[in-house]
Order: sequence, then structure tokens, then C-alpha cells
Amino acid sequence: MIKPETITALGERFPAVRFSEFRDQHRAAVPAAELAEVFAFVKETRGFDLLVDVTCVDYLNYRNAEDRFGLVYLLANTTTNERLTLRVYVNEPNLSVPSATPFWKGANWLEREVYDMFGIEFAGHPDLRRILLPDEFTAHPLRKDYPLQGRGERHNFPVLTREEG
Amino acid sequence: MSVADNKKKTLADLAGAEARDYRWTLNFGPQHPATHTTLRLVLMLDGERVVDAIPDIGYLHSGFEKIGEHLDYNQYVTVTDRMNYISPLANNVAWHGAVERLLGLELTPRCKYLRTIVAELARISDHLLCNGAVGLDVGAFTFFLYGFYQREVLYDIFETLCGARFTNSYTRVGGLMYDATPLVIEKIRTFVRTFPKTLDDMERLLNRNRIFVDRTKGVGILSKEEAMNRSATGPIARASGVTRDLRKDEPYLAYADFDFNVCCATAGDCFARYLVRMAEMRESLKIVTQAIENLPSGPVNVGIDERTTLPSKKQVYSTIEGTISHFEMVMANRGFTVPEEESYAAIESPNGELGFYLAGDGTDVAYRARCRPPSFIHFSLFPGLIRGHTLSDIVAVLGSLNIIAAELDR
Repeated sequence: MIKPETITALGERFPAVRFSEFRDQHRAAVPAAELAEVFAFVKETRGFDLLVDVTCVDYLNYRNAEDRFGLVYLLANTTTNERLTLRVYVNEPNLSVPSATPFWKGANWLEREVYDMFGIEFAGHPDLRRILLPDEFTAHPLRKDYPLQGRGERHNFPVLTREEG
Repeated sequence: MSVADNKKKTLADLAGAEARDYRWTLNFGPQHPATHTTLRLVLMLDGERVVDAIPDIGYLHSGFEKIGEHLDYNQYVTVTDRMNYISPLANNVAWHGAVERLLGLELTPRCKYLRTIVAELARISDHLLCNGAVGLDVGAFTFFLYGFYQREVLYDIFETLCGARFTNSYTRVGGLMYDATPLVIEKIRTFVRTFPKTLDDMERLLNRNRIFVDRTKGVGILSKEEAMNRSATGPIARASGVTRDLRKDEPYLAYADFDFNVCCATAGDCFARYLVRMAEMRESLKIVTQAIENLPSGPVNVGIDERTTLPSKKQVYSTIEGTISHFEMVMANRGFTVPEEESYAAIESPNGELGFYLAGDGTDVAYRARCRPPSFIHFSLFPGLIRGHTLSDIVAVLGSLNIIAAELDR
């Protein structure tokens, strides 16, 4: 649910933003260059104070998809109970978007997980390391081109013997 | 050098040592009884005081989101059981709520009420274990056993309801696996009647218990601003004064029909989180009581025209339409189709906002199944909560955040 004023205000301030709706959920597709300004606008002016989730979808095999990765920012305004989804599309080789951590500290681990699983870099993130997978891991397994079978990263791990440990 | 000068200096100054020389590093986990689950902390300690804590997670990462891209919408419910295994029914409800949002499916009234009942019973069982574990970790073993006995009663109800005690997999797209029998309803009525007495006993054991209050009050304080800014939800945010509760703010299932309160506290410490969970159990009981007495009759699954649920055995054996639709439903790629769209749906799970972001691509398997895990977000609060407290406070803070590693790492 979202108020029409929020959509109007966002559209007036950022003419490049494209809106869509599905099952009463409003999405705003934002160009990566304007993302930081949109974060500041929705947080400071429209009161979206809760960052619910940050995630990503790899559209490699998706029908009619134009972009490779689509980032998803789920935002909520806890006063008016509005919800807004921000979408940012990025393509290789430039997989970098501004980080949301200056606006919502909760983005820290969520963005680390997206980096871990998809290899999207968040510029300005204070601590962009892998979070779920070990540091030696080289691939990003939630990408659609990640092989499901065969010998991979685990095979390459250095073996630590009892004497060394 | 006079004697007075010497007195001002500590032994450490005389030895030429600096403050950081007294720090030592302690590895906590990944296998330690007090973490309850598989998670690791690297602690920087000054004596017994925690200077910094660095969480290291991922030991239980099982690729649940990748599995979600390869199991169909009904099969994946078994994986959601294993995310927050303390309250699997709430995960089932969240998962299929998200799938039905994507499909645009309206449930039958009876199904909505039954899902509300099981979600609230799951909340009670989750809070019993979470508070029990906090009590256990700070030394209140009896309290833990009181909680676990009542969880056993709940397991018995779940077993009668769906045949499984622990990993229930109770929901299906557009309905439920089994309808509630009169025996289940009678068992839930008995539970609702007897549980408040246990709850009174539990509150009498700990609410004014000197040891428990001293160990939890003022420990791990989360301010309201921090809770909002760091995306905290559920009892943890409500203990810090955030009034958000999806059951009230965005009523889903049948919550709009019931009279209940949102329980909040303002202190934001471990004791406030304990109190909020205790109070929420009473509110859940109110919801269950109202739902069980006003349970609508009628079918529990949506009609076979929607082509999402299996027809009843009577239809399958006595009508050709029933046979055909049953046959088609279980065939690969002949079941229901989902739109090539994306949607997000969340419920107020015992731990906080539990949501699924689903991308459908027309097949019966999700293109992307993202889980918004409350444990993951709450564990990122941990270093901020523990700094400045002592080593023994770690278990109290960890317990009150209710970190479930299977959901944390997925």
C-alpha cells in the first residue's frame, strides 16, 4: 500500500524513475546514478524509515529481460504503513551501485549478502566482505550461471592438517 | 620519585604497558552449548569486559534460496520448516502466503482462521523456547522445563493436526494439507484453558527473581532509533518502543477479525524483550481463543477451478473431472501457472517480519525465492548490544535476540 502523493512526489523530483504496480505493490525503477539521491529523498522527505530487505535477482535466463541483475530495496514507512520497492538494474561489467548504509545501517549485512551471492559491489560500504561463504570462495552461487554439479570451490580449499592446526 | 607520585600510577603504568596489551581474543563457537546453534563470535576482551565482538556466520549455510529455484511451490514448504525450526508453522504460513500473493489467490475463510490459529500457536511455542533459553543460560533451569513441557503439549496438537511434530509442512498452495478434526479443536481448547496457569507460574518464577533481573536488566540496550535504523522488527523492536506489528498494521489472514493488543516496552534491554515475549503469549492465546470459537465451516481449500489444490479423494474417485485435475496437478509442468511477475509478502513471525520475495517465470518453480530472515538482521545488532558488557552477558543477549542459525545462514 502506498499513498498517491508519494508516487507523485517521487516522480516529480526524479523524472527518470519508472513506476509499475503488481498486486497493490508499487515499484520504482531507479537509474543507478540517481540511487543515492533517491535514498535520501525517500528517507528524509517521505519518511521511509525502515529498510525491510535488500536483495537481487539474476535475470540471465528470464524471458524478455533486458538487464542482467535487478536489485530490490524493500522500504517501509512505519508511521503511515506505506511500502515501496525500489528496483535498480545493473549490467556487467559495471556491477557497482551506491551503498544504502549511510541512510539505513541495517543495509550493512544485507548488502554483504548480496555481494556474497551475486558479486554486486556497493560503493561506500564500510565493510564489504563475504558473509555466509568462506573468504576463499571465488564464485557467486546465486547467479544463474553457477554450475550445480561438478567439483568446485570445496575441492580447492587448502587442507589444514592436525600438525599445522 | 616521591611515594605520592608512585601511588597515582598503577602497576601497569610502571611496567610500561598500554591498555591494549591487556586485551585478549577469545573464540566463542561455532560449537558451544551457549550459542545453542552453530554460530561463531570472535571476542576482543579486556579482562572480562567485551571491547568488541565480531560475528562470523555461515557455518550452517545450506543454500536454501538456491534450492528454492529448483523445488516447486508446494515442495519448498518442507525447506521452510527447516529455516526457523522453532516455529516451522509460521514459516509455512509465510511461504504460502507469499505464493498466494503472487498468484492472486483468495483463501477460504476456514483456511484463513486455521492458518491464524497455527501461526499463533507457533508464536507461543517459539516464545516459550526463546524465553526458556534465556532463563536456562542465566541459571533458571526450572523455568526452561516449564516452557518445554508446554511446548510438548503444542507438539502433540501439531501431531494431531498434521501428523508431524517438528517439521510440519502443514500448508499447501491455496489451502492446507489436512482440515482440523474435532479432536484437534478439543486439544487446542484444553491448551487455551490450561496454559494461562503455567504462564502465571512462569512469570512468578522470573519476573521478580533477583538473579534473573540483575542478569538481564540494563543489559544489551537497543534504543528506538537504532532499532529502526538497523531494520529490527518483531519483539526485539517492540521492546525498544517501536509499535510496528504487521498483524495490526497490515492485517493479513484473519487478524482483522480479532481483538488483541500489541505488546511494547521502552527499556530495550534483555529484560524488556523477555517481558514483551511473555505478554505476547497471552495476546496469542486471546487470538486463538477467538479464532477457535468462531471457526467458520466450509471447505478448507480453494475450489478445483483455481487449479492449485488437489481435489478431494471423493471427487477423484467418483468424477472424471476430479480424476483429470488430480492427474494434471501432479504432472510436471501441467500444474498451475504463475504470472511472470515479482511480489513480496510478509507475516509477523514470532521473531519479526518474515517475508518472501518471489519472482515467478511462468513455470511451477520460482525463478527467485528470497527469504527475509529476521534472525539474520537481528544478529547484526549483536556487536552493538554487547560492547561494554561482560563475557557472561553474551549468553543473555544472544538468547534474548533469539538467533536461529538455520534461519541466519539459510
